[in-house]
Amino acid sequence: MQEGKTVQRRSFALAFVGTGAVLAVLGILLHFILDATKTFDLPWFILGIGLAAVLYGVFQLTKGTRLTPTIAFSGKTAKRFLTNNAIMLALMVLIVVICFLEPRFMQIQVLLDILTQSSTRLIIALGICFALLIAGTDLSAGRMVGLAAVISTSMLQTATYANRFYPDLPQIPVFIPIIAAIAACMLFGALNGFLVAKYDMHPFIATLAVQVMIYGACSLYFDLPPNNSQPIGGVRADFTALGQTRLFQIGSFNGISILIPIAVLFTVAIWFVLNKTVFGKNVYAIGGNREAAVVSGVNVFKTILFIFILASFMYGVGGVLEAARTAGATNNYGNGYETDAIASCVVGGVSLNGGIGTVGGIVSGVLIFTVIQYGLQFIGISPMWQQIIKGVIIAVAVAIDMSKYKRK
Amino acid sequence: MGEYVLEMNNITKVFPGVKALDGVTLKVRPGSVHALMGENGAGKSTLMKCLFGIYHEDGGEIIFDGKKRTINTSKEALDLGISMIHQELHPIRFRPVMENIWLGRFPMRGIAVNKKAMIKQTKELFKEVDLDIDPEVLAGTLSASNLQLVEIAKAVSYNSKIIIMDEPTSSLTDNETEHLFKIIRQLQSKGCAIIYISHKMEEILKISDEVTIMRDGQYVGTWPAKELTTDLIINRMVGRDMTNRFPPKTYTPGTEVVLKVDDICSPLPKSFQHVSFDLHKGEILGIGGLVGAQRTEMVEALFGLREIVSGKVEKDGKPFHIKSVRDAKAHGLALLTEERRASGVFGILSIEDNTVIAAQKDFARNGVLQEGKRYKAAKESNESMRTKTPSMEELMQNLSGGNQQKVLIARWLLTHPDILILDEPTRGIDVGAKYEIYTIMHDLIKEGKSIIMISSEMPELLGMADRVMVMCEGRVTGILSREEADSVQVMRLATAFMK
Repeated sequence: MQEGKTVQRRSFALAFVGTGAVLAVLGILLHFILDATKTFDLPWFILGIGLAAVLYGVFQLTKGTRLTPTIAFSGKTAKRFLTNNAIMLALMVLIVVICFLEPRFMQIQVLLDILTQSSTRLIIALGICFALLIAGTDLSAGRMVGLAAVISTSMLQTATYANRFYPDLPQIPVFIPIIAAIAACMLFGALNGFLVAKYDMHPFIATLAVQVMIYGACSLYFDLPPNNSQPIGGVRADFTALGQTRLFQIGSFNGISILIPIAVLFTVAIWFVLNKTVFGKNVYAIGGNREAAVVSGVNVFKTILFIFILASFMYGVGGVLEAARTAGATNNYGNGYETDAIASCVVGGVSLNGGIGTVGGIVSGVLIFTVIQYGLQFIGISPMWQQIIKGVIIAVAVAIDMSKYKRK
Repeated sequence: MGEYVLEMNNITKVFPGVKALDGVTLKVRPGSVHALMGENGAGKSTLMKCLFGIYHEDGGEIIFDGKKRTINTSKEALDLGISMIHQELHPIRFRPVMENIWLGRFPMRGIAVNKKAMIKQTKELFKEVDLDIDPEVLAGTLSASNLQLVEIAKAVSYNSKIIIMDEPTSSLTDNETEHLFKIIRQLQSKGCAIIYISHKMEEILKISDEVTIMRDGQYVGTWPAKELTTDLIINRMVGRDMTNRFPPKTYTPGTEVVLKVDDICSPLPKSFQHVSFDLHKGEILGIGGLVGAQRTEMVEALFGLREIVSGKVEKDGKPFHIKSVRDAKAHGLALLTEERRASGVFGILSIEDNTVIAAQKDFARNGVLQEGKRYKAAKESNESMRTKTPSMEELMQNLSGGNQQKVLIARWLLTHPDILILDEPTRGIDVGAKYEIYTIMHDLIKEGKSIIMISSEMPELLGMADRVMVMCEGRVTGILSREEADSVQVMRLATAFMK
């Protein structure tokens, strides 16, 4: 049972630094050798992978004191590595296959597109993860996105647009409608939290009820004369800039979407909340053992209320960004986003039984879905097949994940 | 059939990182009661799970009924004639008792379940084991002890050749234990063998024919029960001398009243009513009583987990109203609950997180954690409890029961309580760790804290408490001084209102 080799963590880390450095140099060399019309940005990706390996090695070296000094290599640890990272490995295989079929996939621009498309999804997934961490769920996410989109755009149309929602509204500062939109979402979020915390309702039912209410309220608002359920258009440029600005647009480089740094900002913020605050610890505690949390004096009511308010804030932000990106809104915006967000979280290792889940996992879960969607589209696979593949991935990912916890 | 109905030879079972069983042997004669003993973590439950098809052994052989067997599932075990009463009961609460019993083998008529036949079979079964429960009542409405008896009846209903009983008496009163023994003798006379796991020495010596002792996953030996005494068993279980089960008292309890409970009542008429008592500074007040005496409910109410409708509570001479756990905590109360796993530990969180959870706010500024302070407090608190753990990052679920209990005490010490309420502090903890918990209790008293200890174990109650308060059916039936308290007195008060 115990065969296999053990390696000093130090040499393990150094191996990573070494290979990483070689890959990085190779990347730079290849940049001058390879024909850019055939392999596109491949050298840059090799350079990137090399740098990542170096960073990992350095991390192992400096943080190694808290870890075991040796690493064992055996059939067992290999198997554990495979089950723990199965989805990531499958994703890499998929990327390599796509790259062979369609070398144009190897472009920095493709990577940036994928990151841009992931941005709003990630923000919504990071909102929903709190509800999942307390073994609940939040079905109202998608409708809140729609609500925020409709409210924000309704007050932000250009003065010359024919079909204005508020014909006589002057040019108000951009932040006012954004705050109004997010505040409306947070109001419904508070209702979610109140129903769950006060009446001990299962979040599935509480948020289902609120979801239906939001859609109704949003549709009523959308149907107000003179708009009468017309799609909202003619959105002001200073608002769409929030979703469409491209940074560092130099020469042929298409620039980086502003959505990427925004998503990074919110990711860091949520990571901080989950790992470095009393609130985050209480979320994990309630998810891990609610009874014990009550006995320990955790304010369960306040925590749950705050979970749903924070989540609705994130959906509101997501809705505003979606509206800005697409420069418009209807009451059907965001429909079904919650299922995508839940699926991303689960594929990223968040347990539906509560208490288990990391921000890193959620980020990779979201990226996996976007890469699959984008990649399959790239090699011309029909959207119907894409749906099937997406479903298979969810099922396989969760099956592998569950096998980790199964007792033998 | 040979001399034995069951032979488990040289059984080995490895879990990641631990050898849970290392060449264990167990041989059971037909129609005998074979006790399996060992400290927690000695591997008793693991061995039984191998026999019952829940785990699969990595080495060794199982010979049952004269043939070598591999048992892969619990169903195979049941079909062979091995049934098991689990340590923890998992009834389907919203279904009738009888459905819980016949689950998976309902009497059928065509494609439909034959309800009449099921009622009849259940009644016959209950008559056989002398149990008076309506087969159609919902399982969730039964008391813990009745559930346990139903579970025993269920095991009997399989007509097995061997019944494994894993701590069957942990929620039974003395009378019910007697009842169980009657059932066991009846089963024995039919040739059924019992494997009996328990921590209660007196019980083991009374009911069993042979005793197998395990220690740290290894086989220590098998002896006829006649040749054993409590001391001998403990000796062989822990591998060291344990002449004293309780540390010597080196303190004198104070007389100053720190907590005055005056006539408190629950809104539920069947729960605690008109409870009054004083807790003195630096004493251990034991609360004795039978299961259902509402002791747990009463202390949970003091801790803000349940409602109190009338009466008052004074702490240090000042009235205090408890509306929530946070109030109780702020007033220096701490509670270690009876159900460690259900309402104490966070299994999937680290030791550090488990330790600081009740005092989280002390290690944060404006809601942001102060990692260094937090880690240091968790580490020091656990070191003072002598918790055995490889690191503060270790997951709670990987610790033994005794160490988990130490982490829970460490948790509450961080809230700087002056009154600790310990509800069954040593339940499910092995002998060695029990002694450590007792020592910790004495240390806490010496630091000027006071302790309320609920215990259903008579020796613990008499050995540890400075005064013993006894409850029966929600009322206080007496408070005995250390000199007055003996098992007869306590039992008399615990059954004061019963027939």
